[in-house]
Amino acid sequence: MLQEVENKVDRFSRILNKFGTIIILFLLILAITMINPNFLEMNNLLNILQQVSINGLVALGMTFVILTGGIDLSVGAILGLTGMILGLMILGGIPEAVAIIVVLGLGAILGFTNGIFISKLKLQPFIVTLATMAMFRGITLIISDGIPAMNVTQNAPILDFFSQGKIFGIPFPSIIFVIAFLTLMILLQNTVFGRGVYAIGGNEEVARLSTVPTNRVKTMVYVISGITSALAGIILTSRLSSAQPTAGQSYEMDAIAAVVIGGTSLAGGRGRIFGTFIGVLIIGVINNGLNIIGVSAFYQQFIKGLIILLAVILDRKSNK
Amino acid sequence: MKNISKKFGKVQVLKNAELHVKHKEIHALVGENGAGKSTLMKILTGIYTRDSGKVIINGKEEEFSSIKDSEKRGIAFIHQELNVLNNISVVENMFLGKEMKNKFGLLDKKKMENLAREKLSLLGLDVHPNTLISEISVGESQLVEIAKALLMDAQLIIMDEPTAALTDKEMDVLFNIIRDLRDKGVSFIYISHRLEEIINLCDEITVMRDGTFIEQRSVSGITIDDIVSLMVGYDIDDRFPRVEVPVGEVILSVEGLTKKGKFEDVNFKLHKGEILGFSGLMGAGRTDIMHAIFGSVPFDSGTIYINQEKVNIKSPIVAKKLGIGFITEDRKNEGLILQNSVADNMVLPSIKEFTSNKFIQKKKITEVTKEYIEMLNIRTPNQDIQVNNLSGGNQQKIVIAKWLLTKPKILILDEPTRGVDVGAKKEIYQIVNELKKQGVSIIFVSSELPELLGICDRIAVMHEGKIKKIFGRNEATQEKIMEYATGGGK
Repeated sequence: MLQEVENKVDRFSRILNKFGTIIILFLLILAITMINPNFLEMNNLLNILQQVSINGLVALGMTFVILTGGIDLSVGAILGLTGMILGLMILGGIPEAVAIIVVLGLGAILGFTNGIFISKLKLQPFIVTLATMAMFRGITLIISDGIPAMNVTQNAPILDFFSQGKIFGIPFPSIIFVIAFLTLMILLQNTVFGRGVYAIGGNEEVARLSTVPTNRVKTMVYVISGITSALAGIILTSRLSSAQPTAGQSYEMDAIAAVVIGGTSLAGGRGRIFGTFIGVLIIGVINNGLNIIGVSAFYQQFIKGLIILLAVILDRKSNK
Repeated sequence: MKNISKKFGKVQVLKNAELHVKHKEIHALVGENGAGKSTLMKILTGIYTRDSGKVIINGKEEEFSSIKDSEKRGIAFIHQELNVLNNISVVENMFLGKEMKNKFGLLDKKKMENLAREKLSLLGLDVHPNTLISEISVGESQLVEIAKALLMDAQLIIMDEPTAALTDKEMDVLFNIIRDLRDKGVSFIYISHRLEEIINLCDEITVMRDGTFIEQRSVSGITIDDIVSLMVGYDIDDRFPRVEVPVGEVILSVEGLTKKGKFEDVNFKLHKGEILGFSGLMGAGRTDIMHAIFGSVPFDSGTIYINQEKVNIKSPIVAKKLGIGFITEDRKNEGLILQNSVADNMVLPSIKEFTSNKFIQKKKITEVTKEYIEMLNIRTPNQDIQVNNLSGGNQQKIVIAKWLLTKPKILILDEPTRGVDVGAKKEIYQIVNELKKQGVSIIFVSSELPELLGICDRIAVMHEGKIKKIFGRNEATQEKIMEYATGGGK
């Protein structure tokens, strides 16, 4: 009898472990819809998908970093810097396509800088990215003189499409986010590189002695994080049609939150990018849904924090 | 302890286990991995609760619900992985959680220091109580743990594999202290896989198998073979199986290898199909040399040749390409990612063999890992189980499988049988022999002389970073090897 109950509890916790975040997402949607059925309207759902795409892209890159046991605090600053340079280039008359490619390359270079310090010089990711966060933000302020670049998308049809464009009625930023998600999921789950990411997070010394090119893999995850941040920077600049020198400030927090809610362990080695996808949606649903049912922004902060705690507790339980 | 039984879920880990320890006695507790020794000790110290049975101490039945309870009744448990914090001092460790306060409620450092000094000197340990643990050796840290036990007037000290990380000298010191304390009235429960030292040190022995009590005997007059057959339940006729293979050409040769402070002017040759043993005390530089050959730690000077060709092994990646595999001594920190599955661990170095067009073929991984699980007789429900759920012997076989998958021509094994039970040990010897038959060259580093003498073709003996002597199989004896290993010989 007791055995049976034990088995049931066991099975329940395994299900919770596997689908825990999805269940939270589902319950959230259910609760909000009960209060205000408008939440479930197609328009609003697409709206959410668009709203989450910026944080979503940053969180996708962050997942790789956190899986290796690292952290990237500089993502918001990279987003701000790349967004500003994009704005200045467009206003300077540089062709859009060129500017976009340059900015993505710049994101990769900024990430590479982080990666080199962390892998080759063996410095702590937290410290390195804390420092580069300040530096990248500083560069943004220097080159912009603290003044926003305005009206960026006025004569820029491609950027305008980044902001307003739709394919089959789906906002273009959402499509970029979903494509990035699928690509990066395959990269993580089905390639040698992805195996290396998990191995390093599990135990870096074992990985090194097992012939995983640890330095290269570690550098690469920061490059990925740099690129996804730059992509987010392009989208944000397009949507606002302006580049703010302070754009992206504290975005790292929402990205880390999404990754953690998605069940990825901050210690590294454990987690999935699908979890991050759900985590991003959860944050999006909280922000949007609480607005719709008229909860004040102050409560929103509190509830977001509560859900992070809940997710970590669930994670802790299932690891035991 | 009488009739102790314990179930974890559906698994019966203990069934009528017994243990009777007298005053002033060093009592050995032996059994293969999974025999239930640790569980029994955890019940004794209140970490686990028992399902049935009795724990009687000095004629009184006891019910411990936590380690604090058992400590109050004078039982101390010194774990294999020492329970000391490296970043704080000796005295702070000794009083951790039991700090003494003065009348103002502040720490009474003087009093603690004096008490600590008193207990340390009782053990003949000459370190200042304010020394950081990180500044003293593993052997000394262990004595600090014993001092901590004395501090709470322990009547019974449980030691789990205390000698696993000690040098021979430290071992002698430890044994003398244990004997000395016994004569002063402390009893010991001594858990070890090294049967030689049990015969040398202990008074009584209890053998466990599959969670049950098998036999209790006096140690005098018992032989290693007796203990082994009690542990495994059948006679192990030949502990060290051996195969004969004609020695081939030189495949690896090392000339003048030097790394300052670690090893110096190391020269040796390894032939095809040969097992070359490396003996020496802890810290003699054996492991450092292996890391240098594998490219995982750089060296200062010297040359390595593979098939007469000079090679520059600057990373493990290069070593693998040259056909070198390395089974490191520290399984938990260097060999396996404990939280990952059996399959993920096995294919880590050879993962590129499992791709087509850059994509990993999970089906192929499953097939091949299943094959190796069967081939090496790894006892696991399936290949997706986390490796930290498996016993030491099975974990070690996974590390071996991991390197076999890279198809090595030279395989370095560093203490491959440490913490592995008797049955699995023999299986590991058989795997090594099978490789030898296939023409793989093997370097076998071990601290267990009988095993080196049993399976190696030649044995290199190291002392303080230098190879003092390379014995042919027929000339080597335990005494001769020890002589060179301790700096004697000529």
